[in-house]
Amino acid sequence: MSAVAEASRGRDDFSGEYHVYEPHRVGLPPLRPYFRALWARRQFLFELSRTNLRAQHFNTTLGQLWLILNPVMLGVVYFTLVYIIRSGGRGSIFLAHLMLSLFAFRLVSTAVGSGARSVVGGGRLILNTAFPRLILPLDSALESFMRFLPTVGVYAIVHVVVGLPIGPSLLWAVPIIALMTIFGAGAAMFTATAQVYFRDLANFLPYFTRIWLYTSPILYYAEDVPQKLRPILYCNPMYPMLGSLNDAVIEGRTPPAGLLAASFAWAVATIVAGTLFFISREREFAIRI
Amino acid sequence: MLERQAPETEPWTIRVQDLSITYRTAIEKKPTLKKTLVRLGRRQRIIREIQAVRDVSFEVPHGHVLGVVGVNGAGKSTLLRAMAGILPPTEGKVEVRGRVSTLLALGVGFKNDLTGRENVVLGGLATGLTRDEVMAKYEEITEFAELGDFMDMPMRTYSSGMYGRLAFSVAISMDPDILLIDEALSTGDARFKEKSFEKMRELCAEARTIVLVSHGLRSIRELCDEAIWMHEGRIAMRDRSGAVIDAYREFLHLSESEATNEDV
Repeated sequence: MSAVAEASRGRDDFSGEYHVYEPHRVGLPPLRPYFRALWARRQFLFELSRTNLRAQHFNTTLGQLWLILNPVMLGVVYFTLVYIIRSGGRGSIFLAHLMLSLFAFRLVSTAVGSGARSVVGGGRLILNTAFPRLILPLDSALESFMRFLPTVGVYAIVHVVVGLPIGPSLLWAVPIIALMTIFGAGAAMFTATAQVYFRDLANFLPYFTRIWLYTSPILYYAEDVPQKLRPILYCNPMYPMLGSLNDAVIEGRTPPAGLLAASFAWAVATIVAGTLFFISREREFAIRI
Repeated sequence: MLERQAPETEPWTIRVQDLSITYRTAIEKKPTLKKTLVRLGRRQRIIREIQAVRDVSFEVPHGHVLGVVGVNGAGKSTLLRAMAGILPPTEGKVEVRGRVSTLLALGVGFKNDLTGRENVVLGGLATGLTRDEVMAKYEEITEFAELGDFMDMPMRTYSSGMYGRLAFSVAISMDPDILLIDEALSTGDARFKEKSFEKMRELCAEARTIVLVSHGLRSIRELCDEAIWMHEGRIAMRDRSGAVIDAYREFLHLSESEATNEDV
C-alpha cells in the first residue's frame, strides 16, 4: 500500500481509520470529507460506467455496434418523420442539424433517464457498501457521455458529406458539450433522488422526455418557432445549449454571448442544486430502498 | 459522521451506544406519486415504523470475536449494517476504529451481467481501494474461491454456492482490521465450508476484531469469545458464547441437534 493511500485513509470518511455514525436530520453532511471520499472513488466511477456499458449489449449479435446503430437509426426515423410531415425534404444541411441536435439531446436525456434508476436500481450496491452515493448519478452522466462519443464520429461523417465548412468555430462545440454533460449530471441527481420518494417518476419520464424533445429546436430550427410560442422556447434549458451548438457547428459562427451565458447558468445552477439536494437526502436512501 | 481524532486510550474497537434504528415506511410497499397525492389531499400521513434495533449498547474490545444470534428479524443484519456505516442510526451512536470489511447477506455481486473478475474489482474500488491495491489482492481471492475459469464468466452463470464462495473470498482478502460477517459461512459445499471455517479460525487468531452473525451455532460457539443474543431489536443476553448459545437453544427448544450444528 502506498504511503499516499495510507495517509489519505485517515481523512476519508468512508474508509478511514475512525468513524462516528450519529443520527442525522435531513441536511448536509460535512462537505469537505464528503468530496474527499468522492474523489478517492474516481476509479470506481470510471470502472462502473465502463463495465456497465460493456455489459449492456453483451447478449446481442451486433454487440457494441449498437452504440452507433441506435443513434443512426433514430436519426433516420426522425428525418423520415420530418420529411413526411413537411411533404418534402429540407435539404442535407437540415439532416446535419437534426443529427447533431438529436445526439446532443440524447446526451442529456439518457443521463436523466438512467439517473432516475441509478439509486433505486442500485439496491445491493447501496445496502452492502458505504460510499458517497453521488457516484451513482455521476455514473449515469458519464455513461451517457461515453455513449455520446461514438455519435461524434457519425456526425463528423455527415458533416463532411453534406459539405459543411470546417473551421475554428467548431471548437465551441467542446465547451458546449461539456456544459450539456454537466447539466445532465445535475438533472440526473434530481431524478435519482425524486425516484426514491416517488416510484412513479420512471413511468412518467419517457413521456416527459419526448415532449421535451419536441419542444426543443431539433426537428425544426429555432427560427421556425412562431412568435407566440417563443416564451416556451426561452424557458427550455435545451434552447440555449442546442442553439449555440447549432450556431457553432452548422452555421460556422461564434454563438451569441447571451446563449452561451444562459447555457453556462443552466449547467452550473443545475449541478449545484442537484448535488446539494442529492447529498442532503442520500443518507436516507439505505432505509428507503 | 464527523471527522474526529480517535481517543487512543480506549480499549474498544467498536462501541455502540444506545443505538436505535427505525425503518420508516409508508403502508404501501412502494411509495407512488398517486397514492401520495391522494394522501396529501386527505392530509393524512401514513407512516409505519419498524423498530429494527432498540436501544442497544455494547463494546467490542480490540481483537475480540463477537457472535450475534437471534431468530429471523431480530435486527441482527440491521445492527451489522449500522456498524458498517450503511444505515444511519435513528438514535444513539456507533463508533468504529479501523478499516472495515463487510460480508453482508446479499453477497458481493452487484451486477449479474458482469464477470466475477469485474465484480471483484468494482467491489474493491467501491470500498475506496485503488486499482493497484485491488489487483494485489486479486490473486489471493481467486485462489481461495477456486472458481477457475468462472472468474471470467458473467455472474448470472454462477450457482448460488459459487456466488457465496466468491463473496466470502473477497471479504476475507480485503485485509480488514474489522470484519463484519452476516450468514456467510453457510455457502458452498462441505469442503468449502470446512475451508472457510478454518480460514475464520485463522482470522480470529490474528487479533482482528470480528462480528459474526450466524444461525450456525457451532461456528458461534467455536469461533467467538463472546456472544449477543438479539431478540426483537434488543439485547436479550450477553455473555460467553457457550452460555448464550445454551440459553438461546433452550429458548428455541432445541437439543444439540444436527440441524443447528451442521450449518457451519
